[in-house]
Amino acid sequence: MAVSKIGKFPSLSYIQKRRLVPWLFVAPCMVIILMVTVFPLVYSLGISFTKWEITFPKHPFIGFENYVRLFRDIRFRSSILITAILVIGGVTIEMFLGFGLAQVLSGKIVGRRIVVAAMLLPVMVMPVVVGYTWRLLWDAQYGPINQIIGWIIGRTFHYAWLAKPPTALVAILVTEIWQWTPFMFLAFMSGIVSLNPELFEAADIDGATKWQKIRHLTVPLLRPIILVAVLIRSLDALKFFDVIFTLTGGGPGNSTETISFYIYQTGYQFFRLGHGAAGSFVLLIALIVIVTFLLKIFKTVVE
Amino acid sequence: MNVKIKNSCAQTGRYLIILVALIFFLFPIVWIILTAFKTGEEFMHSPPIWLPRTPTLSSFDHIVRSGGLKALFNSIFIATSVTILSLVVGSLAGYALARFKVGGENLPFFILSQRFMPPVAIIFPFLLFFKALAWMDTHQALIIVYLTFNLPYSVWMMRGFFIEVPIEIEESALVDGCSPFRAFWSIVLPLVTPGLVATGVFCFIFSWHEFFFAVCLTRSRAVPLSVYLPNFFGKEMIMWGEIGAVSLMAMIPLFFMSFVVQRYLVRGLTLGAVK
Repeated sequence: MAVSKIGKFPSLSYIQKRRLVPWLFVAPCMVIILMVTVFPLVYSLGISFTKWEITFPKHPFIGFENYVRLFRDIRFRSSILITAILVIGGVTIEMFLGFGLAQVLSGKIVGRRIVVAAMLLPVMVMPVVVGYTWRLLWDAQYGPINQIIGWIIGRTFHYAWLAKPPTALVAILVTEIWQWTPFMFLAFMSGIVSLNPELFEAADIDGATKWQKIRHLTVPLLRPIILVAVLIRSLDALKFFDVIFTLTGGGPGNSTETISFYIYQTGYQFFRLGHGAAGSFVLLIALIVIVTFLLKIFKTVVE
Repeated sequence: MNVKIKNSCAQTGRYLIILVALIFFLFPIVWIILTAFKTGEEFMHSPPIWLPRTPTLSSFDHIVRSGGLKALFNSIFIATSVTILSLVVGSLAGYALARFKVGGENLPFFILSQRFMPPVAIIFPFLLFFKALAWMDTHQALIIVYLTFNLPYSVWMMRGFFIEVPIEIEESALVDGCSPFRAFWSIVLPLVTPGLVATGVFCFIFSWHEFFFAVCLTRSRAVPLSVYLPNFFGKEMIMWGEIGAVSLMAMIPLFFMSFVVQRYLVRGLTLGAVK
């Protein structure tokens, strides 16, 4: 059967067929990616060089004017700062908290599976829900956070956390940390559990302290996992939008707007597409820079 | 003796840290769930009342009457469709990347990089196209757009799962005259079923949670839960009970799903980097 099947075709066409088949497998995927990402991306780049506004019937080419205006806009510059604070601050704190928790939980713990499953629940909550939930928790009148602080200091406490820029930013950070520390924790814990216990036994025999073991064994061995986790979180946090939308709505004023939120407002709500598209390419470039930067660090560390 | 005391102290400290962490991570979820069962007087009470004194289902009643089930259906329909599409197209491509090394080293990473595309960078063309096609506020618009992040994810994850299948199994089938597609479909695919399920669950979760595209592309007919929820956050009045109820509706299915794929959680969340 097999022989006769191959025998029917001249060998050349058989080889050609074999070469073609892999591409047939990938073709649907490539067509979809070209249509839903590459093409819109190029189109969006085109929009960013035109004056495209709802009051304007025509879309004249204006070169880099959208970009120039963007960087003159204090609101955009502030949104870059807010995004940077959330990405750098949030991811760093998540990393340390996650590592600490992973250390604690990788020891002998009764009921570890249940504890881990429970701690992971925040990751499984819809970001929009997370935003509203924390808005209720931070609420000046009806929120339990002020109530608990009131118990501690011994008098009623009604602080409007989300009404002032610095504390609103803290509230967003806490929310972000709440949702994504479990992710870091899970990644690090799986890493720590899979490390070779003999290394640690050898270190024990040599009389290494707990801190020395963490510094000279755990962290270096976990470095690839740490990098991947930080990379994934940073790239996702750069797009930060949902929680801003529901927790603070970008306010008070525009003080907690992220880049994504700014683009949403100018582009979608005020329909200044050219301006918004230009903003999105600034974000895209920031993303590429971060990836290159983190991968470079990774390479120098590994070598 | 001294060492023993020291050890038990450390152990107590550990459990204390775990307790504090558990309270921190679970408190907000418990709070929003409890809110769903509170009456208006209870959630608008200062100081806040923790446990509902007269648990009520009136918030659920209200969301059922104001289109909550429709939004739930939309979410399920959109997420399921995207998941199936991503799995079919993604496992085909993932297989080719894993076995035939199509496009060398770079193509898999190119596809993976699409997963991190900021939605704002591609939303404006979609707005214009869907307006021109009169596809605003339709299911198919969201299904197509959700492929932008789910397809790359699915390809990348499935590639990882296929690489783990020993190549000898297909080789013998191919030698026996099996076509590459048959080898893929009836030999390798059944072997990666757990991976397929895990990848599918994650695609479902990502689509379920998505908000930015949904808020830009839907108005009323096709709104999923994530866009339906803000309806109850009015300028004059915030209906916390209803927000709690919708939140509960959005959370429960995913908690079950995450339980099903528990073994693959790390792998799914870290894009296969940690196994």
